[in-house]
Amino acid sequence: MAESRVKLSKKDRLAVAWRSTFLQGSWNYERMQNGGWCFSMIPAIKKLYKTKEDRAAALKRHLEFFNTHPYVASPILGVTLALEEDRANGTEVDDAAIQGVKVGMMGPLAGVGDPVFWFTLRPMLGALGASLAMGGNILGPIIFFVAWNIIRWAFMWYTQEFGYKAGSKITDDMSGGMLQYVTSLASIMGMFVLGGLIERWVLPLPRKFRPLNSNKALISNGINCLRVQKVSNKL
Amino acid sequence: MSAISMILVVLVAFLAGMGGILDEFQFHQPLVACTLIGLVTGNLEAGIILGGSLQMIALGWANIGAAVAPDAALAAVASAIILVQGGQGVKGVGPAIAIAIPLAVAGLFLTMLARTIAVPIVHFMDAAAEEGNFRKIEVWQIIGIAMQGLRIAIPAAALLVIPSSAVRGFLESMPAWLNEGMTIGGGMVVAVGYAMVINMMATREVWPFFAIGFVIAAVSDLTLIALGALGVSFGLIYLELKKNAGNGGNNGGSSNTGDPLGDILNDYE
Repeated sequence: MAESRVKLSKKDRLAVAWRSTFLQGSWNYERMQNGGWCFSMIPAIKKLYKTKEDRAAALKRHLEFFNTHPYVASPILGVTLALEEDRANGTEVDDAAIQGVKVGMMGPLAGVGDPVFWFTLRPMLGALGASLAMGGNILGPIIFFVAWNIIRWAFMWYTQEFGYKAGSKITDDMSGGMLQYVTSLASIMGMFVLGGLIERWVLPLPRKFRPLNSNKALISNGINCLRVQKVSNKL
Repeated sequence: MSAISMILVVLVAFLAGMGGILDEFQFHQPLVACTLIGLVTGNLEAGIILGGSLQMIALGWANIGAAVAPDAALAAVASAIILVQGGQGVKGVGPAIAIAIPLAVAGLFLTMLARTIAVPIVHFMDAAAEEGNFRKIEVWQIIGIAMQGLRIAIPAAALLVIPSSAVRGFLESMPAWLNEGMTIGGGMVVAVGYAMVINMMATREVWPFFAIGFVIAAVSDLTLIALGALGVSFGLIYLELKKNAGNGGNNGGSSNTGDPLGDILNDYE
């Protein structure tokens, strides 16, 4: 391509990472984290697309359904940034490929993020902090808060960078048909995971309408006022 | 409690409410929220001890998928306010927790309400996207976050002026049909979100994978990671087979879509 490439600078990527802190801010029952996802992508979209039509299309593209563990959204954001960058530079990356990457990664990564952060790291740090705090020691809350946020931010930034580099590598290798291969794989993967998620999170029959059926925490705390009936799903 | 303390308590509650949905900074964890309320009301030590005790109970509470755990933010803020109002210091920790947990469960209603209100918010974002208006999307996102802050700040303010039993009574007085209706409605409307993604991704080629995923997910012992591994494997196998078929057959070379199956299908049409 003759024209100069639009690149996302480190500053742009930092802006996206910072905004992804607010990923769940507009969490809603219809498309879950979509608003926060779009909000996170805005600095990149602003940089990459200049016409009103392109910008509108990009914004709409990133308002589609999205839901994962809020921290593992970062590597997905990284890959998506790389794909958008190539698209803005004229490479053929269609909407389905971008959705495929997002959806294909979100389910399995949520399956990693939930046990690692919610069921391992937080109980560990929480128990450490709580045991100090129960003795009235101010260090308890401080250690918990500081350690958690350092780990969280480091994880989010480095995995986003990792995703961005991995995504760029895929799209650089144009001649080898690598991009085509990965996007086909992504849409297959995406549809497969969607089928799975719909069964797990939506399916009204033969159980009831329950988005809650995979929630271990609710169940273990015996909150049956939400009518959690048969608990068979694991994470 | 002085007016300044009250304002600060509501402010902490607002932070905790935002933290509860974002799940990033952890302001909603009892360890942090109770300590902060203790700090701003001059009951630092009791606040820390309360935070530690409640944290132990809340260790396993987490938001998974579309579900939400008992509201840690409300439990933390409410118990701290009750503790401070009680004026018993460290001795009040036990009773404060005992009152706060049922309140946090009743408060799940507020979580559902907030997440339902967020549906129209993202529709406003859709409209803003249509015009390519970044500013409006950002504003709506911030409104969404602020609404989640109010989710805890309003009950906290109420607890400061009226007894906790009245607050709990109010939360529990929500008719069952409304509560259940939102649960069911939430479960249904998420299907719309999924359908929109499918619309964008589905081609004749990938539909079978959707069906396979749907069926296999019914094996509830499989984790999401297992589903992911299966999906990748199916995809790799399929693409490999497709490549071989393409090489073996006669690739006319007239089209370079790189999608032999698509070419074949196009030829039939």
